[in-house]
Amino acid sequence: MNFIDRFMASWRKYRKPGYYEEFDYAWTMTVDLDRCTGCGACVTACQAENNIPIVGEKELGRGREMQWIRIERYWEGEYPNAKLSFIPMLCQQCDAAPCETVCPVSATYHNQDGLNAQIYNRCIGTRSCAVYCPYEVRYFNYYDHHWDAPLEQQLNPDVTVREKGVMEKCTFCVQRIRQAKDHAKDDGRRRVKDGEVQPACVQTCPSEALTFGDRKDANSVVAKKMNDPRAYHVLEETNTLPSVVYLKKVRANAD
Amino acid sequence: MQTEVRQARFADVNDDVVRSLVVTGRNYYIALGIAGFVTLTCFFFPWFYQLYYGIGAAGMNSPTVWGTYLASFIFWIGLSHSGTLLSCVLHLTNSEWRKAMYRSAEAMTFFSLFVAITMVMVHIGRPWFIHWAAPYPNQMGLWPNFRSPLMFDVMAIMTYLTGSGIFIYMGAIPDFAAVRDRTTGWRHHLYVLLSLGWRGTDKEWHRLGWAYTFLAVLIIPLAVSVHSIVSWDFALSIVPGLHQTIFAPYFVVGAIYSGTAGIVTVMFVLRKYMNFEHYITKLHFDNLGKLLLLLSLLWTYINMLELFTGWFSGTSTEYEQLKYKLTGFYAPLYWEMILFCAVAPLLLISRKFRTSFVPMLILSIAINIGMYTERFLIVATTLSRQYLPGSWRVYVPSLVEISILVGSLALFVTLFLLFVKIFPSISIYEIKETMGVPKKHGEHHDT
Repeated sequence: MNFIDRFMASWRKYRKPGYYEEFDYAWTMTVDLDRCTGCGACVTACQAENNIPIVGEKELGRGREMQWIRIERYWEGEYPNAKLSFIPMLCQQCDAAPCETVCPVSATYHNQDGLNAQIYNRCIGTRSCAVYCPYEVRYFNYYDHHWDAPLEQQLNPDVTVREKGVMEKCTFCVQRIRQAKDHAKDDGRRRVKDGEVQPACVQTCPSEALTFGDRKDANSVVAKKMNDPRAYHVLEETNTLPSVVYLKKVRANAD
Repeated sequence: MQTEVRQARFADVNDDVVRSLVVTGRNYYIALGIAGFVTLTCFFFPWFYQLYYGIGAAGMNSPTVWGTYLASFIFWIGLSHSGTLLSCVLHLTNSEWRKAMYRSAEAMTFFSLFVAITMVMVHIGRPWFIHWAAPYPNQMGLWPNFRSPLMFDVMAIMTYLTGSGIFIYMGAIPDFAAVRDRTTGWRHHLYVLLSLGWRGTDKEWHRLGWAYTFLAVLIIPLAVSVHSIVSWDFALSIVPGLHQTIFAPYFVVGAIYSGTAGIVTVMFVLRKYMNFEHYITKLHFDNLGKLLLLLSLLWTYINMLELFTGWFSGTSTEYEQLKYKLTGFYAPLYWEMILFCAVAPLLLISRKFRTSFVPMLILSIAINIGMYTERFLIVATTLSRQYLPGSWRVYVPSLVEISILVGSLALFVTLFLLFVKIFPSISIYEIKETMGVPKKHGEHHDT
């Protein structure tokens, strides 16, 4: 009895309710679709920041393009009255991520910042995470990609270059987050200040449609934006608890 | 049936079986040569090409990241399902007619599993790290992800491979001993090793019988669990069309279905080309035909249920999936599958059909083509129509994939051809049990 009590106590301590919600940070991105012009600058910035390979025309035609953030376009209606809507789609850093449960080797896992992290060296390439992801934001290295002569000079030294057979995806520029945390520690602060760290896409966005921050800080920009009545999650019904919040586009002639 | 078995006399059994091991005709070498050549050129060369350049050699694309490799994997696991399972069930129910066919059926299980594991190696991006999916103490201090259905899969398949391997080997020990006593040269030495010093004492027979039944009881739930777990690779996702509770029984029934059809094919070939006409008779085809009919009806029922649950869910994604399955890009394949696996097997209602060999062969092959299609569709239709319409994309297998598919079939045939020359492909001692013993021997262990 005594043993069982002690065991249950330590079990409860280990499995405290809401364990997964107790992140050091809860990095969140908001995407204001009213501001987004669909220019694609975020896509380019991401490509440059994260050493994402340019797969080339042939592979693009075969549906193997790699864009950790992409602009999805949807056309409605026929030509004269055609309406275009678009939505930037990136890894939603879900708190209940389907991809994390399925990886047999735990190459993708949830880190203490609430990020859905991917360990390239651990990945064995079953691609099951890409199947389980409802947002289709995981990209597989079908080949070894290389950068021709002068181009390899512009690779970001803070980010690895992935080899063939490995899955990759948006990390919310984890290298920048790590750097910001290091700076904060050097300055003797416990936490990173709001606005101190931005992923490449947020930094680049000319219309400031994207904002990034820690939603645990009630005064941060993202925490305020999340309270906007336009806020929603994409595919909320799948219950993946995404960390990317979209702000709905308001149309003048709502139909 | 009675008269046909009578033709094979008790004394002939050993001779017949040993002859099948020792006497090798030209045709066998030709068949082995062709199978080996096809394996090398269609399986290993494309695979090495793919290993060198990357999975890009296959036709997979961004939403459809799984392709024919995974379909082949399910197919081979499915094919493996009936052999040992059927053998175990029939052993426990004391079915006499099992005895002529179970060895080859179990071999089919073993080699299908082997090919299935090879298909996993072909499927994954970095097969040289596949051991990371197994739990073993290592310097990195890392364990596999115990929540992952893929990890369950690794465990289940390795358990099944070990279990069915031991089962087929143990059942063959007395036969190895019988062959040992009738061969010379290197074969003799081989069978001395394989028979583990079997002498045929009462104690040995008793222990064999006990252990055999024990393993049979152990393997039946294992066979059911293996394919349930394979289905969870799909059903535990939230992909519309895959996220269904019916998937575990669906896969198990499908597996036994395609496996039984596979057994019919293998038995036809064995009967025809290994001169086992006396042992594999119309009775076997009749019984297997009845089983196939039952399984086809079950399979059809579950397929209808799958459509029903899709419709009943009432969500737009499931509707889209249903519409795509029935009328979309892959719809011709879907209707081909329905024709081969649900409509054609209704012919089995007629006893005349069940007891005629060539139509049974054709039907069994058609069923397996249909079942391969089913596995392909499970992967292709669902993955190419997921939640976000922006990333819908059709997947078509590449030449490398088709070549590897053909090559894996040849790999299976090669392994099976090697098997029939090493393992007595019909159980000598159990055939004899069905025949009754000549008076002179007196005591006999009877089950």
